[in-house]
Amino acid sequence: MELNILALCYLLGSVSFIIGLKMLSNPASARKGNLVAATGMFIAIVGTIFLYQENGQKLHNYSWIFGGLLIGTIIGTVMAKKVQMTAMPEMVSLFNGMGGACAALISIIEFKHLIEVDPRVFAHLGYAFFSHLDQTKLLIILLGLIIGGVSFSGSMIAWGKLNGKIKDFSFKGQHIFNLLLLIANILLAAYIIIGRPEQSPFYFYIIIFLSLLYGVFFVLPIGGADMPVVISLLNSFTGVAAACGGFLYDNKVMLTGGILVGAAGTLLTILMCKAMNRSLKNVLIGSFGGTSAVGAGVAITGSYKEISLSDAAVIMGYANKVLIVPGYGLAVAQAQHVCHELEKTLESKGVEVKYAIHPVAGRMPGHMNVLLAEADVSYEKLLEMEVANEEFKTADVVLVLGANDVVNPAAKSDPASPIYGMPILEVEEAKHVIVNKRSMKPGYAGIENQLFFQPKTSMLFGDAKKALQDLLAEIRSI
Amino acid sequence: MNQILEWISLHQEMIYVVVLMIFVGIEIIGKVPSVLHTPLMSGANAIHGVVIIGAIIVMGKAEEGNIAALILGFLAVVLGTLNVVGGFVVTDRMLEMFKKKK
Repeated sequence: MELNILALCYLLGSVSFIIGLKMLSNPASARKGNLVAATGMFIAIVGTIFLYQENGQKLHNYSWIFGGLLIGTIIGTVMAKKVQMTAMPEMVSLFNGMGGACAALISIIEFKHLIEVDPRVFAHLGYAFFSHLDQTKLLIILLGLIIGGVSFSGSMIAWGKLNGKIKDFSFKGQHIFNLLLLIANILLAAYIIIGRPEQSPFYFYIIIFLSLLYGVFFVLPIGGADMPVVISLLNSFTGVAAACGGFLYDNKVMLTGGILVGAAGTLLTILMCKAMNRSLKNVLIGSFGGTSAVGAGVAITGSYKEISLSDAAVIMGYANKVLIVPGYGLAVAQAQHVCHELEKTLESKGVEVKYAIHPVAGRMPGHMNVLLAEADVSYEKLLEMEVANEEFKTADVVLVLGANDVVNPAAKSDPASPIYGMPILEVEEAKHVIVNKRSMKPGYAGIENQLFFQPKTSMLFGDAKKALQDLLAEIRSI
Repeated sequence: MNQILEWISLHQEMIYVVVLMIFVGIEIIGKVPSVLHTPLMSGANAIHGVVIIGAIIVMGKAEEGNIAALILGFLAVVLGTLNVVGGFVVTDRMLEMFKKKK
C-alpha cells in the first residue's frame, strides 16, 4: 500500500516537472509553472521520507534528514532572497554546483556501501561472483561521481569568475592536458568496472580528484562571451548526474527530472552556441581566448571623441527614434530603473524608444530581459536581434549602455578576431551612436572595439547610473 | 555482444524512459522565447535538485554507527536542499518581475 502511494507521488512529481517546464516557456504562465514544479518536488520529497522502503525496511535517521533539510532550506532561502539581480547568474551557478556535489556524494557513499556489504566484488575470487547487476551499479556510481564532480568544481569556478574572484587562466597545451585528464578518468573507471582490482577504493579516490581537477581546468580558460554557455552546459551535466541516481535506485522521478534537465539544458546550450556562431566542441575544449586567437586581431588605431551631456541630451531629445542597447555595464550599475525613466521622458517628448537585446548580452541569455522587466519596461519594447538589426537602419540615435562585445563590428569584418562570425547588433547602421562606458578598457572578452573609433560614434564616459541620471536631468531641461 | 543485448533487455524500461524524456525535454525547450532563457535555466536548475531524493535515501539507510556515511549523507542532504530551495526561490524572484505585464 505505502509503496503504491509512493509510486503515485513519484508519478505526480515527474508529471509536474514536465508541466512546470512547459509552463515556464510561456511568459504568462511561467511563475505558475515554477510553483507547479516546486509542488511536485515537495510531494516527491515528503513521499520519499515517509514511504520509501528498501527490502521491507523503512528509512531511519529522521533527525539527520530533517536537520539537513532545515539547514538547507534556511540558507537557500536567505541566499536566494538576498541576492542582487546582477548576481543572479552567479547564484544559478552556485546552486548548480551544490546539486553536482550532492550527486557526487551519493556516489561516494554508495561505493563505500558496495565494498562494505559485498567485499567479494573486488576480490580476486574468480568470476563466480561476477554479476551484471554489480557491474551496472558500478558503472552508474562512477558516472554519477565523474559528472557530479566535474559539475561541482566547474560551477564553483564559474561562480568565482562571474563575481570577479577568479581570473581567466590558461597555459600552453591546456586542451591536451584536459583531454588527458578525461581519458585517464575514463580508463580508470573502466579498469574498476571490468578489472575490479583489489585497490579499487584507491583508484576511486583518484577518480574523485581527477574529476574535480577536470572541472577546474575545464572552466578556468573560458572567458567572456562563453560563460553563459558553460553555466548552461554544467546545468545539463548536473541533470545527467541526478539521472544516474535515478538509475541506481530505480527511482523514476529522479530519472525523469534529471534526463529532462539534461536534454533541455543541452539544447539550450546548443542554441546559445548558435547565437554566438561557435561550435560546442570549441567551447568544450575551452579554446575561447586561447593561446592563438587573441592578439591576432587587427591593431586598432585612431582616436575617439567624447560627447558632452548637453549635446547628448539634445541629439536624443530631438530624435524620432532612439534604440537602447543594454549590456552588463547597465546591470553592474543597477541603472535599469533610471533607464526606464529616460525611456518614459523621451516618449513624453514624442521620441520612439525601443531596446535592442542581444541574446548573450550580460552574463546569461535573457539577463537583460530580466533586468529590464524588473524596472517595469514593457515587453513590446524589447526587440530581439534580427528585428533590432532592421530597426537600426531607421534609428536616429543608438545609446549603448555598458555593452561591448555584442556591438563589436570586428565580428563581421575581421576574420582574425576571436569573436569573428558571432552575430552582433549592427548599431553602426544608425545615424548616431552614443556609447556609455566607464573607460576605454576592452570588454569581457578582452577585445578592442573598432566601433568606438568610428566617426559616427561618440563616447559618454561614466558609471551607467550616474550618466543616465545626469542625461535625464539635461533632457528634462530642454 | 550478447552481454550488451542482455543488458539492454534487462534495463529496457529505464532506457525507454530516458529516450522518451530526451525527446520531451527537447520538445519543451524548442518553443521558449529568448526572454525566458534565464528563468528557464534557473527553473531547470531547481528541477535537477531532485537529486535530493537520492541523498535522503542514502541518509535514511545509513547505519547508526557509520559516522562517515552519516556525515557525508547529511552533507548531501544539505547541498541538495540548497539546490532545490535556492533554485525555486531564485526562479520565483526572477519571474515575479514579469507578473505585471502581458
